[in-house]
Amino acid sequence: MLAKRIIPCLDVTHGRVVKGINFVELKDAGDPVEIARRYNEAGADELTFLDITASSDDRDLILHIIEDVAAEVFIPLTVGGGVREVGDVQRLLNAGADKVSINTSAVVNPQLVKDAADRYGSQCIVVAIDSKRVGDHWEVFTHGGRKATGLDAVEWAKKMASLGAGELLLTSMDRDGTKSGFDLELTRAISDAVDIPIIASGGVGNLQHLVDGVREGHADAVLAASIFHFGEYGIDEAKKYMKQHGIEVRL
Amino acid sequence: MSVDIAVIDYGMGNLRSVSKAIEHVAPAASVVVTSDPAVIAAAGRVVFPGQGAAPDCMREIDARGLRQVISDAARSKPFLGICMGMQVLFEHSEEGDTACLGILPGAVQRFPHEAMVDADGNKLKVPHMGWNNVHQAVPHPLWAGIEEGARFYFVHSYFVQPTSPEVIAGFSHYPFPFTCAVASGNIFAVQFHPEKSQNDGLTLLGNFVTWNPGEIDSACDMSGAACA
Repeated sequence: MLAKRIIPCLDVTHGRVVKGINFVELKDAGDPVEIARRYNEAGADELTFLDITASSDDRDLILHIIEDVAAEVFIPLTVGGGVREVGDVQRLLNAGADKVSINTSAVVNPQLVKDAADRYGSQCIVVAIDSKRVGDHWEVFTHGGRKATGLDAVEWAKKMASLGAGELLLTSMDRDGTKSGFDLELTRAISDAVDIPIIASGGVGNLQHLVDGVREGHADAVLAASIFHFGEYGIDEAKKYMKQHGIEVRL
Repeated sequence: MSVDIAVIDYGMGNLRSVSKAIEHVAPAASVVVTSDPAVIAAAGRVVFPGQGAAPDCMREIDARGLRQVISDAARSKPFLGICMGMQVLFEHSEEGDTACLGILPGAVQRFPHEAMVDADGNKLKVPHMGWNNVHQAVPHPLWAGIEEGARFYFVHSYFVQPTSPEVIAGFSHYPFPFTCAVASGNIFAVQFHPEKSQNDGLTLLGNFVTWNPGEIDSACDMSGAACA
């Protein structure tokens, strides 16, 4: 049976893993290659790297990090952040990424998602959706959560799937960094609206939140950062907990 | 120049992961990612990966003049198909109604929408993406050191249906059983990604780089029964 995936997320800037709260207040969490190695050994199902470097000067740093990780970690690697054109997708894949995550640029230029999927296959194109509750629905935000788009998150998810996204990385900005759990309603609304897999992200504070994301949010994978980086829980511990609660995992 | 292992590059997706994983398990071997028919023809072993859509794959194979050299390699030397490189070995793919290489009898079809529900009535997503159990249908040198039911990483929307059940070397469930590994003579092909399947994936690749299919030929007939 297909296992639900646990994906630690590494936000990288200036060659270091950091973690923010509500997209601000960054805290250093260590060396990306070392952390990737540790998560691989602990049984992470995939790794996601988000390059949150603001300046283009440091853009190449992530390529070297991915090259180093890919040389010794043989599980799927997703890389996102600053992907603006098909050439960026190509560079990341060549460095050793298996999937590339597109966020702001998908909003600015939806055709990028289609072009990248046509060129490299849907399996390596992840569309990241940062969403915030606005009234009775959820809206898509870009630029690291600073800019409202007016787009409805559920409709946007369907559009991205139809353009060739192979997977959606869904982050609740209301929950990110709060440790109060995923936005389960949002996750379920989007997961039920599309046929492609959904990675739930934003808000994990304990292991029950991971179970809830799958059970109630209908997520196909759960992504978390701080609970793993700062050693509150281990990946293996998280998997055992999920298994005890009847969720199929890779142990 | 002759190389030990040629990874066939026909413009379909990212081959870096495949070549890096093979280099990892065979550090002394020369591993080349190539679209040169002469290099492929001279290589000791051939890996045939691929991602993307079947019509594009077949078009790119023909655009590079690789059809003959792939068929020749599949008949003459240790040959490992991965993902799309497994699917196009068959005769036909439902994806874009595409005529494929026809090296193995059978067809490729999409996970049927109406069947994608689990035992609890929950919708199953397509592509089938993630780690699933691989059941070994027959003993095979490429399964050496890998536990029955071990999990491998999959990402695909189509699966192969071989005409002859004898070639089925492994299967998985999503939600019904489907063929995820085939073996025929010097061909071994898998739907999952050994290069992304951590230790078990590396074990399978390591088995491939030391595999001598000639030994199987003498040990059993190719009906597939009792190949050890």
